[in-house]
Amino acid sequence: MSDVTPGGDQGSALTPPEGAATFEVVEVRKGMFGVQGSGDTSGYGGLVTPVAMPAASPRPYGSWFDQVVDVLAEVLADGARVGGPTYDQAVEKVVVDLHGAESPDARQVELTLHVAREHLVAVCQALRDDQDLRFELSLGVSGVHYPHDADRELHAVYHLTSVTHSRRLRLEVAAPDADPHIPSTTSVYPANDWHERETFDFFGIVFDGHPALTRIEMPDDWVGHPQRKDYPLGGIPVEYKGATVPPPDTRRSY
Amino acid sequence: MSAPTTAPHATRAAGNEDMSSTVRAFEAYGDGDWDDIAREAIGEERIVVNMGPQHPSTHGVLRLMLEIDGETVTEARAGIGYLHTGIEKNMEFRTWTQGTTFCTRMDYVAPLFQEAAYCLAVEKLLGITDDVPERASVIRVLMMELNRIASHLVCVGTGGNEMGATTVMTIGFTAREEILRLFEAVTGLRMNHAYIRPGGVAVDTPEGFTTQAREALKKVRHYLKQLGDLMLANPIFKARLTNVGVLNLSGCMALAITGPVLRSTGLPYDVRKDNPYCGYETYDFDVPTAKGADCYDRVVLRIEECYQSLKIVEQALERLDRTEGEPVMVADKKIAWPAQLAVGGDGQGNSLEHIKKIMGTSMEALIHHFKLVTEGFRVPVGQAWQTVEHPRGELGVHVVSDGGTRPYRAHFRDPSFNNLQATSVMCEGGQVADVVVAVASLDPVLGGVDR
Repeated sequence: MSDVTPGGDQGSALTPPEGAATFEVVEVRKGMFGVQGSGDTSGYGGLVTPVAMPAASPRPYGSWFDQVVDVLAEVLADGARVGGPTYDQAVEKVVVDLHGAESPDARQVELTLHVAREHLVAVCQALRDDQDLRFELSLGVSGVHYPHDADRELHAVYHLTSVTHSRRLRLEVAAPDADPHIPSTTSVYPANDWHERETFDFFGIVFDGHPALTRIEMPDDWVGHPQRKDYPLGGIPVEYKGATVPPPDTRRSY
Repeated sequence: MSAPTTAPHATRAAGNEDMSSTVRAFEAYGDGDWDDIAREAIGEERIVVNMGPQHPSTHGVLRLMLEIDGETVTEARAGIGYLHTGIEKNMEFRTWTQGTTFCTRMDYVAPLFQEAAYCLAVEKLLGITDDVPERASVIRVLMMELNRIASHLVCVGTGGNEMGATTVMTIGFTAREEILRLFEAVTGLRMNHAYIRPGGVAVDTPEGFTTQAREALKKVRHYLKQLGDLMLANPIFKARLTNVGVLNLSGCMALAITGPVLRSTGLPYDVRKDNPYCGYETYDFDVPTAKGADCYDRVVLRIEECYQSLKIVEQALERLDRTEGEPVMVADKKIAWPAQLAVGGDGQGNSLEHIKKIMGTSMEALIHHFKLVTEGFRVPVGQAWQTVEHPRGELGVHVVSDGGTRPYRAHFRDPSFNNLQATSVMCEGGQVADVVVAVASLDPVLGGVDR
């Protein structure tokens, strides 16, 4: 559909936001109110807003984060001598989310390791088994679908807890929609069994090596993966006191 | 007739001779022993019993597939998904504030924990974790601990009922009723509260609430004592529960089982102590543990946790008295709804004075109110993870924002969902009657499991 807004489609050349080392566009928002195909009368049709996730954090990360990353690098370096991945191969980037805190020691600060999918199991094994890391508790897998993150559309997010050291960190793994394969972590964390089934069910991420990767919430013969962004929510208009309330996915968004 | 082939086939190829070795024939005459014939007939058969999803002892719509040999369960599998309602997907199409209305319906026995965890995660993204007023945190702690008692009472009560001890259930539910009355006084509802909101809570506690709560707590304490007296030394109860559904520490860690089941193995892991939120580090309470790792110890622990929760509630009530009149919502008017809730003619809604003021005297306030309620507020791009100690274990919330007024993704790591993975480990090798006890000790709530 051609854009008839004065000024036209101006957002084709996107530049990284100020100060960002990498550019992680996960979404591109156009116009306002989520109106599409009805002719733009708002004057906002030419608005193109790229949505970029937080970029890699520079050293030092602060708090215990440096120590954990250093130990992980050492353990992986040991493993690399017997054919494992090195730290640089395995960890793509490290993100520290401050969440409004002034110092990285605050409780709401979170550490995220973005891991190359083929090395996920090696990283999990190192994080679980080394005595200075000991992330022995895996609190499941959460899938996220970023349709605009080219060749990295499907993300799987793992949240690990170290009961021994009272620490939490997040692993994020991405896979392209065309090849939605991520190795299963059930050999390291058996608890991820159902969580991986759930993520497969909702996002279509295939966890290679999972003992029984079948649907868990949806019926076995269900078509499609409901939590993907291109899967419609569905719904019917509801009449209430004479007015018609449209289904939620056709309402305005801001 | 072609040459024999090795291609797979479901049935024997036609015309093959010598069927006698594979097909058994039974004859109803002769002088054989019927027992031998019966044993021969069913000796190698698998008997798979389907328990649920409508079985009353499976806490809703859990389906258990049991392979049994006599009374012994040789294989147990849990089937879930019968209550999947797509809450997480729905949340992506509502504002951040409306999200509480959805997540409260997940685990409907402990709704305030989902609300609290979700709001804490959203507050992280907003960067206002430290700006939440003290009174709001106190009310959150108070409501969560009351909810923990109510949830444990349901667990212990229904668990007793499933074993045929109806009195346990009636006492448990009578005590829970006292707590639900308190919830009704504060939130207006007995469940599905949507009371905790990003930035604080929806409305302050009503006048005279602390007095009402202290009266109710006396009764709850009385009922808890009755429950303890009725169950903990009861020989039948102990015979049914002791050494049943055992899951040791390494099993729990491997399967990421948290909550009372993990603490029954002796590990005092509690998120309230390990990674405190809502100011839990300032309350004085213990984390009870046990050594037996069986169903009996989990009941003991749940009752003990109720007493610890009562201890926290009493401290929270003192703080409520002390912070009387202080705000219960962040000061930022871009996040806090301007609503001043009061009961109107239809039993809900805004106070008349507030509506008169914004409709009659301040156009800007009206616009602001309208935009904030219909559009919602924007949340900075990023992702956050927040866990809270749910009555059933560690509840995690993963929220992702794309900078808009709606969650880009909201995922709940429900403890019931995770803990049900232990069904097979806890049930296999036991009797069918033990399955009921073991599942009850996991305390799954299927609304939370299926979401």
